[in-house]
Order: sequence, then structure tokens, then C-alpha cells
Amino acid sequence: MTAAERDLHRPFDTGLGDAELDAALVGSWGDPPGLWGWLVTTEHKRIAVRYIVTALGFFALGGILAGLMRIQLARPENGFIGPDLYNQMFTVHGTSMMFLFAVPVMESIGLYIVPLMLGTRNVAFPKLNAFGYWMYLFGGLFLYTSFFVNSGPDVGWFSYVPLAGPEYGIGKRADVWAQTVTFTEVAALVGAVQLVTTILKMRAPGMTIARMPLFVWAMLVTAFMIIFSMPAVVLASTMLIVDRLVGTHFFNYAEGGSSLLWQHLFWFFGHPEVYIIFVPALGMVSTIVTTFARRPVFGHLAIVLSMIATGFLGFGLWVHHMFATGLPRLGNSFFTAASMMIAIPSGIQIFCWIATLWGSRPALRTPLLFVIAFFVDFIIGGLTGVMLASVPLDLQVHDTYFVVAHLHYVLIGGAVFPLFGAIYYWFPKVTGRMLGERLGRWNFWLFFVGFNLTFFPMHILGLIGMPRRVYTYPADMGWGPLNLLATIGAGLIALSVLAFIANMAISLRRGSLAGANPWDAETLEWATSSPPPPYNFARLPFVTSLTPLWSERLTLTVVEGLRTDRREVLVTSVNDALPIQREQLPEPSIWPLAAAIVSSIVLVWSIFTPWAITYGAIPVLIVLVGWFWPKKPPEPEDTISDSAEGAQPIPFLSRGRRA
Amino acid sequence: MIARTVVRLWPAAGSILLLAGCSGSQSALDPAGPHAARIESLWWLFFWVCAVVYVVVIAGLFVGLRRGAGRNAPETTPDPTGERRRVGVIAAAVAATALILFLFTGASYLTDRAMATGGAGDPSAIHITLTGHQWWWEVTYDDPVPVRQITTANEIHIPRGRAISIALRSPDVIHSLWIPNLDGKKDLIPGRDNIIAFRADRIGTYRGQCAEFCGAQHANMALLMVVESGDDFRRWQEEQRAPAAEPTSDEARHGRDVLLSSSCVLCHTVHGTAAGGRTGPDLTHVASRATLAAATIPNTPGHMAAWIVDPQRIKSGVRMPTNGLSPPDLQALLAYLRDLK
Repeated sequence: MTAAERDLHRPFDTGLGDAELDAALVGSWGDPPGLWGWLVTTEHKRIAVRYIVTALGFFALGGILAGLMRIQLARPENGFIGPDLYNQMFTVHGTSMMFLFAVPVMESIGLYIVPLMLGTRNVAFPKLNAFGYWMYLFGGLFLYTSFFVNSGPDVGWFSYVPLAGPEYGIGKRADVWAQTVTFTEVAALVGAVQLVTTILKMRAPGMTIARMPLFVWAMLVTAFMIIFSMPAVVLASTMLIVDRLVGTHFFNYAEGGSSLLWQHLFWFFGHPEVYIIFVPALGMVSTIVTTFARRPVFGHLAIVLSMIATGFLGFGLWVHHMFATGLPRLGNSFFTAASMMIAIPSGIQIFCWIATLWGSRPALRTPLLFVIAFFVDFIIGGLTGVMLASVPLDLQVHDTYFVVAHLHYVLIGGAVFPLFGAIYYWFPKVTGRMLGERLGRWNFWLFFVGFNLTFFPMHILGLIGMPRRVYTYPADMGWGPLNLLATIGAGLIALSVLAFIANMAISLRRGSLAGANPWDAETLEWATSSPPPPYNFARLPFVTSLTPLWSERLTLTVVEGLRTDRREVLVTSVNDALPIQREQLPEPSIWPLAAAIVSSIVLVWSIFTPWAITYGAIPVLIVLVGWFWPKKPPEPEDTISDSAEGAQPIPFLSRGRRA
Repeated sequence: MIARTVVRLWPAAGSILLLAGCSGSQSALDPAGPHAARIESLWWLFFWVCAVVYVVVIAGLFVGLRRGAGRNAPETTPDPTGERRRVGVIAAAVAATALILFLFTGASYLTDRAMATGGAGDPSAIHITLTGHQWWWEVTYDDPVPVRQITTANEIHIPRGRAISIALRSPDVIHSLWIPNLDGKKDLIPGRDNIIAFRADRIGTYRGQCAEFCGAQHANMALLMVVESGDDFRRWQEEQRAPAAEPTSDEARHGRDVLLSSSCVLCHTVHGTAAGGRTGPDLTHVASRATLAAATIPNTPGHMAAWIVDPQRIKSGVRMPTNGLSPPDLQALLAYLRDLK
């Protein structure tokens, strides 16, 4: 039987009316109802939303810790929090913000938006996607449960040995840190392979690599950076655990190990980590700037190349975290030059965005306000970064509050401001309702003023001698007034976050309805309804330009010829997005949750005994068998070339329909 | 001449900009030696260039936002002359960025090179070994004649104008020596031999602090760097080389017995007595030091008493245990320690 003959007996979307098509697709793409559906879903949007909400929850928890630390530091020799708790708090704060908030929130926004921007129906590996979320959730719960039972890590988010090693790291605290990292790295790597595969192989037909939106480019660069950097820290944290648990001596200099080895491995991951957080934010800025300037970003190619350059250069700078360790001077100079160089791609992007906004008189709605604040604050962080690249300057301000100021200007100014902008921008797509402008302005101004009040004085504190990671400081150092100012700023940030939460709560109930494309934006996520149906697009779009919804304002060319009785997506070629094959994606499944539960048990258990790996392999194996158990006899692959012999090419294009 | 004036004006104007007075006993902007001074001038170069860059870029953004008229329909085919002008401006801006970065890299490299010369290789240099412990500093003045070595804690005396070379050691975790008025920081790493070399040109007492997180009491691991004249330094050295002073009163003599019969001797040394512990600071000349507990509290009888009785209250997590001494014994011990000048 040829493919064409087989196809005669199967339901296709060709020629179906809108209502009929919707009913058929909801039948094949919808989740089971109720709690069961919630547990088994493999839909990227549902998973991404819970991912984002969880990440924002950890952001709030990390923020509360920061607020408590600011109260402790508000005046010299304060007795509010003792050193033991304080050291746990700054460690959990840093670990939360980096591993449980920043990376996951950026990846999960990508996991929500990217398939929509690409005009496809799900990510490439939906079950793996669900597994990634559950691992991340359990990892975060593990960290906070440990913290609440006084076993929170207390060795800093960088966990330097020997302080975190078997001799000096007390109890299980450093193990909790190392294993939290393992949890979140598994989740991050899962997200990264999703993004790479989805972006390279599942773009709508016609979306050549040159027509890919900048946000998608940003997520692609980020995903590759995750894939190349995170193994270093997985390796390092595993070596730390075995040093602590079974007495290997990777980091013990007395037995031929090296404590500097840890720093190399950690920062080989740790510096790209900053760009893993920052590059998606670049994509968000590009998206919002395009929409509000109402023209394509000036220098699309230059921005793409800049992001890729950032992705490469980001791996060549890690030693600038280690200038004070006494490495050879000439080597240090190399890393100075490399660190300076990264300002060039950042500069190119900033200049291109300003050129895009120049003379466009954009409407100053909340998303754009956050992007303008991004310019105002991130550039300060970038310039202090240039200062830190210089070896002599770094030797003075390294490990002081100057660096605390710098990193918050880069990460909050460079990533959290665009993130807020992106949430205001995409909230209507996700929920169908707009966020309020009035509360949005309160949110924005409180955050902007509070942020600068908190972190700007820290530059000066660092220069006048205040080191990082101190739970107290003597009164006669003169650091009191600036610290008090910073604490007041932190209070404003807390108010701002309350305004944000109130805004979301109110908008979810009473926000004005958004419609499909409230910002009149140009990318494909706005071509479908808000919120999108489970199948994203009734008919997959066909892309003819970089700005599909602006170039074809009234109609959009779409693709027909996909089956409606199963979860079918179109696989396309890497460069030209030519249709290659119709691919069936898996149904909802409980196995990802089961796999995450058994993996979590093994990971937690293994900080107590190495036998956990041996015994734990048994349930993991059982779950994997369940995961991969074939449901029914596989159907032959429907490759597109197959259909050349048959009646109609599958799929084919249909003009004049809105996707 | 003009150039020199400009250089001098930078810090003055900068201090106003930075709101706070930048002088202080632990400030990178109040140099007391050539290394810190070089870094400070480099800082002001970076600061002013970056400030100008920042103002120009942000002004460009806000001018751009206020120009032109809004458009209703999105622009998908841009006007070619406008595009060409933009390409020109961006190319110029990128070229300027690259040039500035080149200037920065060059200035940074030259400063680093200038700081690398002298110091450890100087034959007249004073050699000190600084050992970081959780959470105090052990200071040893090297001398070819072992008996002339000096061991003290949390206080380094150096003569003005001489090259100083400090070998940095750590037997436990990583610490970092940072005395911002004199030089940048350098880590004390177990298993590695780092050296920091610098010179101090201004008499005074400068505070330094551990800059690498080293555990519970990282915040209270400070030290004092006392820069004095050559004569004062020699006098200090001679005093430190002497064995412990004999007690001057009956009470102090009783105090010595208290010390020698208690657990103090397990960790502390008092040269000339049986106390020879090496885990804690050397107490031979403890009364000559300005502070206690790694520059955490001033060295007054009251603070000393509080520290001996319950160090955990002052520095929780510190390795020194509480000591349940009877009041007369405590008074006697304090009298003895006061005599250890």
C-alpha cells in the first residue's frame, strides 16, 4: 500500500471548516480533564506556565531572604541575624536566584513562546519537557526544605573548596547545595535540548534561518550555551559530593588534588551562566523594541551575530573571577582582553536598538518602560564590568560590594527589567487579558527607584572597603548610612513586587480582554487566539518574511494536509525550513512524573550513602521501561517525498486563510 | 604641567560625585603606597571615560525617543537614506567602543606591569609570612637567625618606604588579604605559595580584611597594618623579639599560674613560659597590640575580660571555648596579660 492509498482512509485537516477542525484537534491535542490531566500533561504551554509561576515563587522566596539580609545590614553591628543563619541565607539567596529563578524563568518563557513564534504545536520532546519541570520543582523544594530544617548550604553559591569540602563543610549543608545544582542542571539541560531541536527542526515552512525572530535566536544561543557550560558544573558538583561522601581527593591538595581546580570548573560554567540569563533578555528587548518602534529591528543580522559572538566569548572569560588567586600575570592579561571584548557585541546591540527606536515616537506602555530602564541600568552594569576586566582594578574591588552592585546591575538591570517587560508584553497572550497600566506604572517606578537606591550605593561601599558576604561590620567604618539607604531601597522593591502581584491577580479576574494581537506585533505567536488553544494553530502558518503579521496583515498563508486524529507536527529542514516529514508527538503520560519522583529520591538519598545509586537504579530502570513501552504498532513514517507518487503533496499550501 | 593638574583634579571632582568622602582607614581611594596610588589613577581614568560614554549613550536614547512622529502602520520597507545614515553612526559608535576598550586594556596592562616590578626581588625587602586561619591572621617576620624571628597576630608593623614582601599561606580554607589603602588583594590558598609585594609611603594605621568568604566569622577576620618610621619600626621589632615580660605584681604572678594551669596553653604561646600551643594567636606581646579577636574589639581590659569569659558571644563560631574562671582568677589573668607588653 502506498502512502497515498493509506492516507485515503485517514482524517486530514484538508478542507475542514473551522469549527469541525477545532473539534477534531481539541480531541487529539486536549488533555484529560481534572487533576489527572494536570499531572500527565505534555503540552508545552501548560508546563511552561507552571514553570514560570514556580520560578517567580522562588524569586519571591529569594527576595524575602534578600530583604531579611538587608535588615541585618541596615546598621552596623546589628544583632537581627547571626552569622550561621546569615551565611545560609546569602547562599540560598544566590543559589535560588541563579539556579531556581533566573535560568528556569528564561528557559520556561522560551518553552512557552518559542513553539508559538515558530508556528508549531509543541516542543520536540514533550514528555522530556514534563520530566524537566518536575525535576526542577523537586530540586527547589529540596533546597528550601533543607533550609527550613537548618541544613541550608552555608558556603556561598560558588561553594569554594576546601570550605565546602569534607573537612570544613559541616553536616550535609554543602551536599544539599551540590545536589540542588544537579537537579536544576538536569532540568536546564532538558530544556536546552528541547529548544535546540524545536528551533532547528520544527519551524513553520518558509521560516528560513534568516527569517527567524530575534527572540528565537536568543533562545537558540542560550540553549547551546547551557549544553556546553552546564556539564562543567555537573562534573564539579559530583566530584565535590564524592570527595565528601566516599573520600576521593579531587580537591584535596595534600593528596594531589587542587582547590583551584574547583574554581576553574565552577567559573567555566559560572561565567557563561551570566550570559545564559542575559541573552534571553536580549531577545526580549529586541522583541519589545520591534513591536513598539513599529519597524523591524535595525541591523537584524548584526544583532544575531552579536548574540552568537557573546555566546562564544562568554566561554573565554572565566579567569576574571580568579585574578586574585595568583595565576600567571600574562595569562590574566589575556582574560582582561577577552573580557573587554565582550563589550563590543553588547555595544552593537545597544546601538542597533537605539537606532530602531530613533524617531519612532513609541507609545510608553509598561513593557517599553521596563526596556528603557534596561538601557539606563544595564549600561551601568556593563561599564562596571569593563572596569572589573582590568586586573589591577579587579584586585581592589573583587569580592567587595562593588561587585555586588555590578552583578545586580547586570542581572537585574540586564535581565529582570526585560523579564518584567516581557511578562507585561506576553501576559495577554498567555491569559487572554491585559495587565493594568496604572498598577504597571506603580510596579515600574517603585522597582526602578528602589533598585537604584539599593544597589547604586554599593559601588561606593565597595570602593571604601566593604567586603562581600559579611553578616556585620564595625560602626567606625562609616558604612552605615549607605547601607541604610540600600535597605530603604530594598523596601521599595518589595512594594513594587506587591504591586506586580496585585496587578496579576486583578487582571486575571477583571483585566480587559486582549484579543489575538493587542500590541499589533509581527511575530507568529500573535496569529493565534489568546490564550492559544491546546494545538496552538488550527493550520500551521507558512512564513514569507521576517515580519509575517506585518507583511500579510489581513490574511496569512497556511499549510494543510496534517492528520487530525493524532498529534502531528511538521518537521522541516534546518536552513530553509522545507517540509521533510510529518511527525507524531506523544500523548499525555504519567511516566515523566514517575521518573522525576524516583530520580529525586535517588539524588537525595545519594547524599547519605553511595549505595543509593546502586539500589536506586532498580526503580529508575522500571520507570524507564514504562516510559518507553510501545503503546501500539508504530505506523510507517510519513515522509514528504513519499507523497510524490500519490494524489496530493502533503502538506500543501492554502492561501487566504488566517492560521 | 596641564596634564598633571588634570590628573590631580580627577579625584577631587570624583569625590564630590561619589557623595561619600573617600578617605578612610579601609578605602581603595585613599592610597598610602605606590601600588594603591597607581590603581587609584587607573580607576579615575576608567571612571571618567565610562561616565562620558554613559552620558552620551543615554542622551542618544532619550533624544531618539523624543524625535519624529509616531506611525500608525508598521514600517516594513525602510527608507534607504535613513538606513545609510544609521549604519554610519553605528559604525562610528562601534569603532569608538573598540578604541576605548583598546585604551582601557593598554592602560590596565601598563599599570599591572608597573606593579609587577620591585618588591620581592628587592634585596632590602622585609619578608613576612602571613598565615590565614579561621578566623585570624598569624604574622611571622622571617629572619635567617631563628631566634630573631617575630611571631605576632592580626597586626603587621612595617617601616615607611621599604619594600615589603608577604608570603601568603593557609592551612585551612581560602582567605584573601586585602589592605585597600596599600594594594589590591591576593588569596591565601592551601597548597599554593602566593606572594604579595608592595610599599607604604604614608605613616598611619590601615585596616585590612579577609576578602574571600571563609566560613562563619569571615566578617570578623580583619587586621591592622601599622606603617611607622624606620626608627619606630626597629624599636617595635626589638620589643617583639624579647621574651615575655616577667609579671610585675603578685596578682600578675598568680595570673601567670592561672594561664599555665588552664587550657589556655593548649592553643596559645607565651615565650619564656611553658605555654607553647600553636593553634591560637601568640600571646607573648599581646598587650602591645591594639585589638583583639582579629581586629574585632579594642584591646582594653574590659573587652579582654569579656573575650576570655565568653568569646562565642562576641564572635560566635570562633574556635576559642568559653572559660569559667572565678572572678579573682580572671582579674589575675587580666593583670598578667596586661603585663605582656
